[in-house]
Amino acid sequence: MKISIELDGSETAFDVEPRTLLGQLLRDQGGVSGIRLDCETSTCGACTVLLDGEPIKSCAMLGVMADGERITTAAGLGSGPEAVVTSVLDSDDLLPCGECRQAMQLVAAALVRAQPQATRAEIARALSGTICRCTGYQTVVDAIKTAIDGARA
Amino acid sequence: LYPAALDYVAPTSVASALSALVDGGEDAKIISGGQSLIPLLRLRFAAPSVLVDVRRLPGMRGISVDAPDLVIGALTRHADVLSSPHTTGRWAFLRVAASQIADPQVRNLGTLGGALAHADPEGDWASVMLSASAEVTLVSPRGTRVVPVREFLLGMFTTVLEPDEILTTIRLPGKAQRLGGDYQKLSRRVGDFASVGVAVVLGVRERGLVRKQTVIEQAGISLTAVGPINTAVPVAEDLIIGEVPSTELFKGAAELVARGLSPHDDARGSADYKRAVVRAYVVRGLQNAFRTAA
Repeated sequence: MKISIELDGSETAFDVEPRTLLGQLLRDQGGVSGIRLDCETSTCGACTVLLDGEPIKSCAMLGVMADGERITTAAGLGSGPEAVVTSVLDSDDLLPCGECRQAMQLVAAALVRAQPQATRAEIARALSGTICRCTGYQTVVDAIKTAIDGARA
Repeated sequence: LYPAALDYVAPTSVASALSALVDGGEDAKIISGGQSLIPLLRLRFAAPSVLVDVRRLPGMRGISVDAPDLVIGALTRHADVLSSPHTTGRWAFLRVAASQIADPQVRNLGTLGGALAHADPEGDWASVMLSASAEVTLVSPRGTRVVPVREFLLGMFTTVLEPDEILTTIRLPGKAQRLGGDYQKLSRRVGDFASVGVAVVLGVRERGLVRKQTVIEQAGISLTAVGPINTAVPVAEDLIIGEVPSTELFKGAAELVARGLSPHDDARGSADYKRAVVRAYVVRGLQNAFRTAA
């Protein structure tokens, strides 16, 4: 099936089997290696991308279902407050193994746009679909909170 | 884990969606948000020959008030419930339920109509809609029919939906003078299915001019994940209808609910534990529903 997706700002054409998962399509044909297909059960959230600015799991959507949609991956995150917030998650001290990093960055970017005044509790809720096996989350929430407050100032 | 080969169509009118379903026969399957179906396709528990994506059908997404009722399009996402201007006041319990479903990513794709049609006994919306005495509109080549959710659910993953029928809208009656509700859910971790869920909706009215008294005129008490399908508990509902709300009354209803319950021991808890949680949640749910009735 021939489809077209606005991927990270550029209109991109794909020829794809209907059964292909969006994450698989973006990795194999779109060259987006930052998308992780980890848990295979639509639980871990490492495959998160933004669909029209909102986080979704690219392993729980077929590629063909994204025809005509706007998809943002971590590579396509812009500047301004969202760059400030996502750059704090680049530290290897914060997210040592890096497997969930791009998902966390996308969730944080969507959050700072939707809720520029997000509280710690709201940040934790926003991250609740994105599993990290390294950190225990507290430092991640702290870093995002500090960055959000900094971006606003 | 990848789905088996399948065909995919994304019709833009109800008529073309229905003809795609008729053409596909028993092997056609409707997909909306896909948050339950795609994991099942990946596990190959389901292998339809054609998916009919209904997300492009017009007029099926969004929440509106058709006074006094609330009307929810089947394609409305869980996340839409959290941001709708209409899910406040007497309908705020819908937000309480939506906020407890799965995780944010799933709530951004999953739909209410899809959740009801999927009829997973551990799904949350069916209990809420049972308690709200909601009705669903079903459209097929034979016409349109309106079915109470209490008759819509038949069993585990089974509803009255025919293979060529589409669930288009959900209507919640709002004629009660004051209406409130709650959803109490125990799940072991974010994204996990409910160990136990209790949905409560109460409609109350004031009686008497001189000695004002509040009386329950509408009651819904329904359970998630403690049986083969989400179930309302009419015996407990009947106990409190016509009565003046009180903690004693609510405890009596909870006792009736717990007594009629036969949950299974499993990894999410023992039968006794689940019964104890249900008892507590019914009381708490009724108290919150009454306190927030507007």
